[in-house]
Amino acid sequence: MRRPLWFVPFLALALLAASCADPRTHAQAVYMLVDTSGTYAKQLDKAQRIVSYLLGTLKAGDSLAVARVKSRSFSEKDIIAKVTFVKDPMQANAQKRAFIKQIAHFDSGIKKGSAYTDITGGIIQAAEFLNETGAGQKTILIFSDMQEELDYKTVRDFPIDLKGIRIIALNVTKLTTDNVDPRRYIGRLDWWEKRARAAGATDWKVVNDMEHLERIFKNRG
Amino acid sequence: MGSWQTLMFWPENPALSVLVWCVIAIPILYGARQAMHSMLRAIFRAISNPLRLMSHWLFKTADVMRQRNKMVLLANGRGEISQGIVKEFDRVTNLVQRDLHGYPALQRKLMDEITRIEEEFQKCGEVPPPPPEWTKAVASIAKIKPAGDGLVERILEDISASVSDIYDKVVAEYRESSRQRHDILKGFMPFWRSVDQTLNRVDKNLTGLRDSAAKIDEQMEKYTQINANTENAEHTLTSSATILFVISLLVMLIAAGGGFVNFWLIERPMEAMVGGSEYIYGNLQASYMAAMVIIFFETLMGLFLMESLGYTHLFPLNGINNRMRRWMVWISFAILLILAGVEVALAVMRDMIVSADVALKQELAGGAMTAAATAGWALNIPKAAQMILGFTLPFALAFVAIPLEYLIHSGRTVFGSLLVLGIRGLGFLTRFLSSMTRQIGKGVEHLYDAVIFLPLIIERVVVNRGPRLSSLPPGESGGRAAFPKRGGGEQVL
Repeated sequence: MRRPLWFVPFLALALLAASCADPRTHAQAVYMLVDTSGTYAKQLDKAQRIVSYLLGTLKAGDSLAVARVKSRSFSEKDIIAKVTFVKDPMQANAQKRAFIKQIAHFDSGIKKGSAYTDITGGIIQAAEFLNETGAGQKTILIFSDMQEELDYKTVRDFPIDLKGIRIIALNVTKLTTDNVDPRRYIGRLDWWEKRARAAGATDWKVVNDMEHLERIFKNRG
Repeated sequence: MGSWQTLMFWPENPALSVLVWCVIAIPILYGARQAMHSMLRAIFRAISNPLRLMSHWLFKTADVMRQRNKMVLLANGRGEISQGIVKEFDRVTNLVQRDLHGYPALQRKLMDEITRIEEEFQKCGEVPPPPPEWTKAVASIAKIKPAGDGLVERILEDISASVSDIYDKVVAEYRESSRQRHDILKGFMPFWRSVDQTLNRVDKNLTGLRDSAAKIDEQMEKYTQINANTENAEHTLTSSATILFVISLLVMLIAAGGGFVNFWLIERPMEAMVGGSEYIYGNLQASYMAAMVIIFFETLMGLFLMESLGYTHLFPLNGINNRMRRWMVWISFAILLILAGVEVALAVMRDMIVSADVALKQELAGGAMTAAATAGWALNIPKAAQMILGFTLPFALAFVAIPLEYLIHSGRTVFGSLLVLGIRGLGFLTRFLSSMTRQIGKGVEHLYDAVIFLPLIIERVVVNRGPRLSSLPPGESGGRAAFPKRGGGEQVL
């Protein structure tokens, strides 16, 4: 009646060897858009703090990209730095160090903000990048006041596709006009939320408190 | 509401309509009373009888299982006690061979010592000095009356002086003789001690033998009770199995805690080896699985080690010879040692990864990279502790085999008893439901009679007044008596 239990570890090993499940479904990809227009160009130290937080949070197999939002942002050239972390923690740490250096270099290079703010173009570029990674959890972080300003040639008033992507607006500062009429600020955020949800975004969140960055990934689905 | 009103003869007067309906329905219900009662009885029996049957079957099954459990329990108990008796006999044999084997030599030594003591004792026997002849002369002289003769007095003085000298000499000789005897007695001490020790040893051996005999008696008493299939033996074995089960479970839980610590000790470096982003199934990371596999391997090697050493008997290894068993011991021990070494390496790696992470986080937070070397030897203590834990935990896990064996063996008894209890509980529940259904059926019959109470009362009056029918025995009045005073044949359970 007593059965030998030899097969248990071998079965476990076989399972381990045959671990053919798609690893990317559990990976996370984050694309951060940094507004460099107007006064936001002076708040890049905050953006760098967020990048540092992200680097500390993301794990092996996760991807991170940081891109700038300027007059026309639908371009790979606007990606400041991007990385997919390898599984070796030591190498991943080296990648993180190199990444933060790139961001610091970019911060010091910005002298003047862009004239216009093409958030939609940046979001489309971000969605493209995130879908390419094939990660299970895709997040777009927008470090901006969410006030889109386009030149007369730029066309962005068409439906966009954000299926399976979370959108988080960070450090959405109030403009002078918002202070005069707060409904403008609330209305602006509502408009973006509706647009994101209509595009198929899984979540929309605004995180303004830079002291509690852990709220970015709180209750992530 | 509309359909309800269509049933009314006078919708504006529902009470009258209901009354008319009652007048029409009651005679019909009265007429159909016997048939309705039969139908209700059939319906409720159709529910209660299978329930009773099921209850009966459950109780019978519980009895059969209990008997089987008892059989297994007694067989196990018999086996255990037989082993215990064999062990006690082995102990007695060893005791006899080791200690009582040299008993003749011990006895000879004891006899030699006693003989020697006797000889010495005889030597020290007190020999009184022979009474000197001159005492008689002294007694004769003492009888001479003093007459004031100077010659006599001088003679007496001379005699007194001589006697005093002799007396001193005799006393000195006597004292010397006593001292020599005391010296001889003093020389006895080592012999007495030796005799005392020898007798103590004999006493100890005999006490051990007596204890073993008492244990064998006790075991034999239990064995007799088990052979006699007594309830007492069953109770004793069940309660001891339950206690053993609880203790084994507790030990296993402690071991599981050790396994948990071990898991978290090696999971992080495993993540670096197999990849933290690799998933096997659902949210189960490959690194978790790899760490668990190592722990399972360690436990398994521990099981084989304990099995080969003969501490446990989980596997039928009777077929293998002693040489092969020794090989198994060495192989499983070597694998366990290698795994412990691997864990030490993983502990070091874990420490390195954690330190690198801390340094990176400090760097990201804006602080300069701290030099780990400046912290000195104090920082090496956690690393050393992790290494020690990594090395010792696999060996500690190896001992899980012993409580696991007891858990499996006692678990059969405990779960068997619980199963019997559960089946009995289910049996009671079905019997209760069966009884309740039957009572509800009777209640419904009475309710039916209550609705048609008027014709039933009329029937009773007519039956009681009728001269022809009154002579008939009850029950033959053409129908079942309405509202019987006693519920004949009612069964509660």
